[in-house]
Amino acid sequence: MTFDYHEPRSLTEALELLDRYGDDAHLIAGGTATVLLIRQGLLRPGHVIGLRAIEELRVITRTADGGLRIGAMATHRAVERSSEARLYSPALTDAFASVATVRIRNQATVGGNLAHADPAQDPPPMLSALNATVSVRSSRGERALPIDELAVDHFTTSLAHDEIITAVILPPIEAGSRETYLKFLPKTADDYATVSVAATLRFASDGTIAETRIVLGAVGATPIRARRVEGALRGQPRSSVRDAVALVSEEIDPIDDLRGSAAYKREMARVWTGRALAQVTR
Amino acid sequence: MSTHRLSFTLNGTKREVEVTADRLLIDVIREECGATGTKLGCAVGVCGACSVLVEGELLSACLVPAVFVDGRRITTVEGLAEGELTPLQDAFIREGGFQCGICTPGQLIAATALLSEQPRPDHDAIRTWMMGNLCRCTGYYGIERAIQKASGAGGQSPPNRL
Repeated sequence: MTFDYHEPRSLTEALELLDRYGDDAHLIAGGTATVLLIRQGLLRPGHVIGLRAIEELRVITRTADGGLRIGAMATHRAVERSSEARLYSPALTDAFASVATVRIRNQATVGGNLAHADPAQDPPPMLSALNATVSVRSSRGERALPIDELAVDHFTTSLAHDEIITAVILPPIEAGSRETYLKFLPKTADDYATVSVAATLRFASDGTIAETRIVLGAVGATPIRARRVEGALRGQPRSSVRDAVALVSEEIDPIDDLRGSAAYKREMARVWTGRALAQVTR
Repeated sequence: MSTHRLSFTLNGTKREVEVTADRLLIDVIREECGATGTKLGCAVGVCGACSVLVEGELLSACLVPAVFVDGRRITTVEGLAEGELTPLQDAFIREGGFQCGICTPGQLIAATALLSEQPRPDHDAIRTWMMGNLCRCTGYYGIERAIQKASGAGGQSPPNRL
C-alpha cells in the first residue's frame, strides 16, 4: 500500500493526471469507500487523485428547464440540506438523508457513490427512478450517460479509466408525478437495506397510470429496474398494482447474506414494492 | 509514497506536520499531535468513537485522509472545555452519560455538532443524530438525558470554536 497523492486544482488538471497515470491511478472523492478499499488491499493504486479542491464540482443548482444538476463532489449531506434539491423532489433529499449516519453523509459524495457502484447504496435507485443522466468528462470530451447504463456489476461501472463523473442531471418532474424511496432495515438504521425501492408514478387525466419507474436496490449486482412491473402498470388503472407487484420477484437476483436469505429478499421485495406503489398511487 | 506538509489548527492551535499520503486524520491527531482524547474504535467509520469536527462538520477521523485537512480547523474533545467544562460535558457527568468512557469523546463531539445545528433537538432528533455513536455501557438513556439537559441549559460553546 504505497501511492502518491495528487490534488489537482481544476478538472483539466485532473484529466491530465488520469491520462498520465492510466489504470495505475484511482480517483478519491469523499473517501469513505476508497480509504477502506485501499486499507483492505482491495485497491492498490500507484497514484491517488483527490478531487476535493475542484470547487466547480460541488455546485447543486436547478437547470433552466426545471430539472436539477448535482455536482459530483456535492456531499450526501449537501444534497439532503439543499433547498433547491428539496424543491425539486423531497423524496430525493429524503433518500440522501437516509444514508448511514450524519458523519458518513458529511463526507461521502454523489459522484463517489455512483463510481463505487455498491448495489446496496441508497442514492442510485432513487436517481434511476428520477431518470437521471450522469455527466462524464475525459480529455476526449464529454458524454451524457443514462444512469441505468452506469453500474454493470458489483462495484463495477461502464466508465473508462480516463473518465470522471462531473455531475448528475435530473430532468424536470412532470406535474402530478409522485416519488418515494423506501428501504427495509430489519437491524439498525445505519445498516444497508435488505431491500430498497424507489418509485416514481404519474396518472393520466383519465385516471390510468401514464408513466412509472420502479428501481430496487440491494437485490442484485446493480440497482434493478422492475421493467415488467412498470410494463404491467402503464396505461392501467390503480387497481392493477396488486397483480403487477408480484412480477417483481422474477426481476431481481438477490443472494443469501447477513441481511436475509435470497428467498426472504424476494418476498420482501414484493412487500416493499407494494408499499412504495401504495405511496405513489395514494 | 509522496509526503505532504500540512498546516491546520487543532483546537485553536496552529500545527504543521509532514505525513505520507496514506496517513489518516486519526493518526495525525493521536500520533503526530499527541491528542489522544479521540479514540480509534471500529476503524471503518461505523462506531463513532473517532468523531471529530472539521470546520464544524462531524466526521469519522478514521475515514479521512490526513491530506484532506490541510488548511482546516479541527476540533476534538480536548478543544471543548475552556477553563471550565461546557454545559454538555457537565450534563454528561450529572446524568450518567458514560461508564467506561471509550465512546465519550465521540459522543461529546457528535452531540456538540448536533446542538450547534439544532439548539433544541427533540427526542427523535437526538436519537436520529446520535444513532451512529455506539456505547456498550450506558444503554444510551443517560447520554440522551445529558443532551436534553445541555440544550435546556442554553446551548453550547460559541460557534467560532467549532
